[in-house]
Amino acid sequence: MTRLPDEKGRFGKFGGRYVPETLMNALSELEEAYKKYSQDEEFQAEVRYLLDKYSGRPTSLYYAERLTKHLGGAKVYLKREDLNHTGAHKINNTIGQGLLAKRMGKTKIIAETGAGQHGVASATVAALLGLECKVFMGEEDMKRQQLNVFRMQLLGAEVVPVTSGTRTLKDACNETLRYWVSNVDDTYYILGSATGPHPYPLIVRDFQRIIGDEAREQIQEMEGRLPDYVVAAVGGGSNAIGIFYPFVEDESVKLVGVEAAGRGVETEEHAATMTKGRHGVFQGSLSYVLQDEYGQVLPAHSISAGLDYPGIGPEHAYLKDSGRAQYFPITDAEALEALQLLSRTEGIIPALESAHAIAQTLKLAPTLSADEIIVVSLSGRGDKDVEAIMGYLGGNGHESH
Amino acid sequence: MNLIDATFARIKEQDGTALIPFLTIGDPDLATSVQIIQKLEQSGADMIELGVPYSDPLADGPVIQRASERALAAKQISVQNVLDVAEQARQAGVKLPFILFTYFNPVLQLGLERFFELCLDKGISGLIIPDLPIEEDGDVREMAEEANIHLIPLVAPTSKERVARIAAKARGFVYCVSSLGVTGMRSDFHAGIDEFLEDVRKSAQVPIAVGFGISNREQVERFSKQCDGVIVGSAIVRKIEEVLPKLQNEAEREAGLEEIGQFVSNLKIG
Repeated sequence: MTRLPDEKGRFGKFGGRYVPETLMNALSELEEAYKKYSQDEEFQAEVRYLLDKYSGRPTSLYYAERLTKHLGGAKVYLKREDLNHTGAHKINNTIGQGLLAKRMGKTKIIAETGAGQHGVASATVAALLGLECKVFMGEEDMKRQQLNVFRMQLLGAEVVPVTSGTRTLKDACNETLRYWVSNVDDTYYILGSATGPHPYPLIVRDFQRIIGDEAREQIQEMEGRLPDYVVAAVGGGSNAIGIFYPFVEDESVKLVGVEAAGRGVETEEHAATMTKGRHGVFQGSLSYVLQDEYGQVLPAHSISAGLDYPGIGPEHAYLKDSGRAQYFPITDAEALEALQLLSRTEGIIPALESAHAIAQTLKLAPTLSADEIIVVSLSGRGDKDVEAIMGYLGGNGHESH
Repeated sequence: MNLIDATFARIKEQDGTALIPFLTIGDPDLATSVQIIQKLEQSGADMIELGVPYSDPLADGPVIQRASERALAAKQISVQNVLDVAEQARQAGVKLPFILFTYFNPVLQLGLERFFELCLDKGISGLIIPDLPIEEDGDVREMAEEANIHLIPLVAPTSKERVARIAAKARGFVYCVSSLGVTGMRSDFHAGIDEFLEDVRKSAQVPIAVGFGISNREQVERFSKQCDGVIVGSAIVRKIEEVLPKLQNEAEREAGLEEIGQFVSNLKIG
């Protein structure tokens, strides 16, 4: 397999760099710097040190025995990214990019956030590295995720409300890019997902592949062989590409992405980009996009703010169209069911995002035999969602859109 | 000959500067856009940028974002609708070159072949696609050349060594971005703006025009010495926003159009 992306940032036809000219130079600078530091042993050691000592890596690969018995099929292993500092895989990327920002001599970082997980992870790293931090967040999301807003402020970050467009993640991304255009000299943009213009999908994948690298080694230690399936939730797709990538060349391992079907793919309220989207250019790259017939980007819906996004990273589009990975939709209701089941059988409350991956596993495992193995990315813990879940299950809370 | 080239040639003879206003088509509605275009021509515009409203206008500031939102809230607007407006304006007697300003995805979804057929059919002379940098514009450039529609590139003060490469490929004119950031009115331009414009001038075989943040006569005058054209976008879109209640009221529409016209004629030099 050839190494992707190519030098133009393409995964097959997907990816690229569709941004205003005002950003092109900043992206070239970033590409140059990343090329240099990705080969720099001292830099890599610094990243490794913080991942281990600060975030607590490696995260464990946990055999979910009671869940496996309950499902009566394949053995289910959980890659416990929820055990990271700040409670999700997002910190893997913000540690890497935060250190890169510092090496590039930038004193300020900016980030977009939906539910607030990437915002919190960025604010955390900014505090750790002594950088100024602004997080752009849709006004709607700020109302729904007040705790995370406060958490970021506590960490010393400024949370900037975004009032344009849908007032959610999509427009928070637009606003962060617009701010970056005006402040490229001293500001580094920590993009949180495997999306956007080249080289971001590459950088985010490289910083997240530790999930898959560890899981691959751990499963071989525990089972003496590779898994049959790797399952992960996809919004923009950073935890999924992180766990998929080290397995891409292992042909026997089936890669399963799980996207948010919201109220159902037959309704207009979903975030099922792969199932219902078409090829298109959105926020800097060519990939699958939820859009109307004229190419206007459609608002997405999911119970999980982290999956509530009308685009997806270009490498996922490539994996889908080449047949290497398959993507399935899971509804809000199915995710809620799965969340409760995992909580009760294993004592782990997953993030709503990760609950989508669990829900697909509930469908998949019983169809397989007891000697088959599924590794699921448990990308984050559910604490941030408890209030929203309470609302859903009690039937009176505000929605997490 | 492409109408844009003819217009610049005429203006050069008169030692003038082209005034190039921008408007978001469909704000407040398609029929009114036709009337605004007529008014812009009567008020001294030399070319007009027709903006296709888009859900995710990355290069635009709040004023043009709001115009896009208003246009899209009223009706689903396609590239084809905007091209129909161009055709209707022609039929109503407008002679100016039309430059279509659109983000790339609506073009991609229509299909490049169909898109260029329509552009030719509806009398479009130039094309600005702000999220299609030279690295990505291969197919579009080829088809634009074939159709004799000018693909007008943007260059920014941060483009540095890219300036020469971009300017060399430019057709129609080079759109020089006056300052870092998004479109919108501002009092300060990029500190190195004069050197930047000189730099572009050296590399360009075609006229150069400056835009982003130009909103009054003093600013137009400032740049008219160095540039062949001046683009005014957000200031006009904001003027349209200001007179929206009039435009939407049959009895006051003419007065609203007149206010837009006065604003533009005040920007016109010579």
